[in-house]
Formats: sequence, structure tokens, C-alpha cells
Amino acid sequence: MATAILDRTAPNDRTAPIDRPVESSPGTSGRLDSTGLAVTFPRVIRSEWVKFRSLRSNWLTLLATVLGIVGIGALASAAFTPDPGDADAFSNPVTVGLSGNLLAQIVIGIVGVLAITSEFTNGMIRSTFASVPKRLPVLGAKALVIAGVTFAVALPTMFGAFLLGQALIGEGNASLTDDGVLRVVIGSAGYLTAVALLGLGLGTILRQAASAIGVIFVMLLLAPQLLGFLLPASAQETFLRYLPSNAGDAFMTVDPAANLLSPVMGAVVLAGWVVGVLGIAAVLLQRRDA
Amino acid sequence: MIVVDSLSKHYGPHVAVDSLSFTVQPGVVTGFLGPNGSGKSTTMRVIMGLDRPTSGTATVNGRSLADHRAPLHEVGALLEARAIHPGRSAYDHLSAMAATTGVPDRRVREVLDLVGLSSVAKKRAGSFSLGMGQRLGIAGALLADPDTIILDEPVNGLDPEGILWIRHLLKGLADDGRTVFVSSHLISEMGLMAEHLIVIGRGRLIRDMTVDELRQVGRDGRVDVTTPYPADLTRVLLGQGVSIQSTDDAYTLTVTGLLAAEIGDRAVAQGIPLHALVPREASLEEAFMSLTHDSVEYQPAAAA
Repeated sequence: MATAILDRTAPNDRTAPIDRPVESSPGTSGRLDSTGLAVTFPRVIRSEWVKFRSLRSNWLTLLATVLGIVGIGALASAAFTPDPGDADAFSNPVTVGLSGNLLAQIVIGIVGVLAITSEFTNGMIRSTFASVPKRLPVLGAKALVIAGVTFAVALPTMFGAFLLGQALIGEGNASLTDDGVLRVVIGSAGYLTAVALLGLGLGTILRQAASAIGVIFVMLLLAPQLLGFLLPASAQETFLRYLPSNAGDAFMTVDPAANLLSPVMGAVVLAGWVVGVLGIAAVLLQRRDA
Repeated sequence: MIVVDSLSKHYGPHVAVDSLSFTVQPGVVTGFLGPNGSGKSTTMRVIMGLDRPTSGTATVNGRSLADHRAPLHEVGALLEARAIHPGRSAYDHLSAMAATTGVPDRRVREVLDLVGLSSVAKKRAGSFSLGMGQRLGIAGALLADPDTIILDEPVNGLDPEGILWIRHLLKGLADDGRTVFVSSHLISEMGLMAEHLIVIGRGRLIRDMTVDELRQVGRDGRVDVTTPYPADLTRVLLGQGVSIQSTDDAYTLTVTGLLAAEIGDRAVAQGIPLHALVPREASLEEAFMSLTHDSVEYQPAAAA
């Protein structure tokens, strides 16, 4: 009688929310045509794109970023009165219109971090590496997808935030044709893209979302102030401008302050940070056990 | 075919796998058996290229996994249940894996059908039970129609029907000529599922044997014999090296030190009828314990 429990035809699992598995083995149902089966970099990119787009949280986060950039920019712009005599960056109408970036960079950094740490947390990384054991294409594909999506979303958002902000400022506002304005608007989208990649790199290095997000936060928001306290004034002059956030400010302000790098050098230094962090990530990803 | 050659894996001072060598042949289901912590999962991770060996090699069809054009088509693996983002659907999860190797979407639907998850394919995997997660993992292992299948503790979390289904599935895959390598710490399950066994303990190979050979290990030389004249039979059998115990049943004796054939022959010679003559087998569990009891990783400390 013991076999009755195991009898496939016995209706013992009626409440289970799954179908009855197919009886035949996969071999007898015809084998997959194996011609053309191979791992290629474009295919790994497609795989990473499927992973990114299939998580609703990614899209909600991006939507929140867009609304944050446009909304904060609009609020700041509405409350802003231009004062040409004030040399502070936040007295510039362009900076005010794009002030939502300050918050958006953290959110975008988190998107980059989670793109890899979530796989380490839930074990998906093992399926990923079993499919692509060389591993490096996975990091490359993730970087391209994250960078592509971030830039594609950020660029129109920056233009939108700028135009809405300037409309709200009214008299004394800036125009896209003014000197350096186009560089700032496009550069701001580029900055967010770089931050997403820094997040991906730090997430790969640290493997844990909490610590990687912590490092992003310190690196982008706290480091300039902290080092300002810790370093002697002479060293501040030399080093602070090379921090990622200050390198970004060099091309995200119309008139970079004297203690910042030139816009071009700022972009080069920020790109250096991205390449450096992703480079360390690539080496560790290859070496470590998954 | 999987070839593991002098494989060692150390984690700091801890030796997880120690000079392990074995070959897993196609065409039969091979069980990978050992107590918890004996190095089964580590060995499987090294075969899958997830952990780097400290020394030695593990190859599938002659190469390490990374050297194959389509690794997913060479080896399909289930290494842990629910290794999936809880916010992603079963379909998207498999679809992302399939994309890396150019496996068509039609095949994704096929394997979802095969494991019985078609009706929940679009649901978030976070809502899946352990058994459903296990089925999804098996779907992933079969996705690119691999020649070699590696499953780590596949029956965990499955209901009896699911366990039976896995047995049939693995048998079918082996009958196709594929290499099927399945780990478990449950010998009884292995006895039903596998034909061949790789037994390890503390990271070392203990036996490379068939399940039938393990059953032989389990024979302990005791024979149960039932007769209406137990006193007469006892007198006939007793001798040097022979011990006889009575049992709860007054007509059944347990004899040690004689083969069943010898007992039968002597009984016939004396005209004593026998109603039953049964060589006793230890259970597979007992056989397994006798093989591995020296190599259990975490034994209770002996009283000093």
C-alpha cells in the first residue's frame, strides 16, 4: 500500500499551485539543435539587458530619479532670484535648475551597486557564471547596459529640468546657447552615468549592497567635507579637486571655481576613477571564488 | 564525462577537498555521497568553475568549463535552490540565462513545461515554494540541452511526487547517454536514484563503487532461519565460531558464523525442516555508516 502515496495518478497534490510535470524525459522529446549555440559578447549584453528590464524596481527607481531631478530643480528654480553679484555656484541659474542631481547621484549609484550585489546575495551569480565562466564579459555587459540606460534616461531629463527650471526663473535665466551651458547639461547626464559605473564597480569589489552604498555615499558627498577638515590647507588645494564629485563639478558648473580643475581635466579625472574602480573590480571578479 | 584529477581545495587552513580523483561516466546516474561538510558542494563548484582549485583539475568533456564555446550546452547545473532574484519571473530568469548562449525562447517554454512551471512562469519567483524553486533550478540545468547534468541535493524540498519525478527524469537523461552526477547525504535516496556511487568523507575519496557493491558491504554474515524444531537445529549448527540467538519469534533463530547454504545443507542432512532461510542485509544506511564513520566532519566529541 505504501506505493499508493507515490502513485503519479493519485490526486494527492490537488492544491499545489503548479502543473503536473511532463512525463517524458527531455531526451525523448527531441534534442535542441546545438548549431549556433555559443557565448558571444553581444549575447551576454542581451542577457544583462533582459535581467535589467525584467526587474520592476529598476524602472521605479529610474522614474523616481527623473521626477526627483525635474521636481527638485523646479522647486529650487521657482524660489530662486538671480543675483549676478554673487559668485557662489548655487547663485548660477543653470546650477539651480539642475540641483536635483545632488540627490539623484546617490539613487543612481545604488542602481549600479544593486546590479551586481543582488546577484551575489541571492546566488544568481552562480547561474550567471555557469553560463559565462569567463566572467569578464558579464562585468563588461553589465557596465554597458547600466551606462546606456542611465545616460539614455538622464540626458532628456537634464534638458527637461533645465528648460523647466529656466522657465520658472524667468528674468535673468540662462539659455542653452549661452557659453558652457550645453556642456553643463550634457555633462550632468555623463556624471550620473559615471556614478552608476562607480556603483557597479564598488558593488563588484565589496559584494554587499550596504557597504558599497556606504562607500558611494562617503565618496561623493562626505569626502570633500571630511578631507577639508583633515587635510592641511595646502594639501586641500592639491588633492580635493581630484575627488570624483569635484572632478564632476569642474564640468557641471558654467564657471568652474578657481580651486576646481578645467572642465576637460575634470572629465578625464572622473573617467579615470571609473576605469580604476572597474579595473580593480575586473581583477577581483576573475580571481575570487563565486 | 566528468574527470576530477588530484583535486584539492583549501579555504585558509581548512581543507575542504583533499587530493580527490574520480571519473563520472555517461549513461548511468552517478551518486555523489558523503556526510554533510564532506566536500561534495565544493567539488561541484570547482567542476562548474565557480571556485578555483588549490591544486589539481576538474574537466568536463576534456576541458575546463571556461574553455567550451557554449558552457551551458556542456553542463547544466543546479547548485542551490532559489538562486534567483525574487523580483524576477521564472520566464525572465531562464530567458536571461538562455540569451548568453543563443538558446531560443521556444526552449525556455519547453523546459518550463517539462518541470511543470508553465502556469506560474510570469509570477515573481519570490513567491515560489522551495520545491518550485528547485524545479526552476532543474529547468535552468536542462535549458541548453546539456550532455552533462550536475545536481546538488536536488530532492530537497520536493514532495514525494516531485522526488519520484526526479528519479524518472534522471534515469531518462542517463538512458539518453548523458552524464548525470547527483549529490545527496541521503543514502536511501541514492539507492533508488543512482547506479554508481562516488563516496567521499572529509574531502577524500572513500569508495568508487556501484550501489550493488554497497549493498554487499551491508551484508554482515547473519542469517535468520525459521524451523519448527529450533532446539534440534541449534544442536546441529553449534560449533566453533558459530553463535545462535533466539528471537521474539520462538521458531526463528539468528545464526552468525555460517553461510545460509551451510545451514540449509546441515538441516537437510539431519532431516530438520526449514520454513525460512534469510541472509540478513544491513540497511544501506548502515552500510554507508560503516564506510564513512571515520570521516564524519563534525562528530560529537567523545567523552574524555
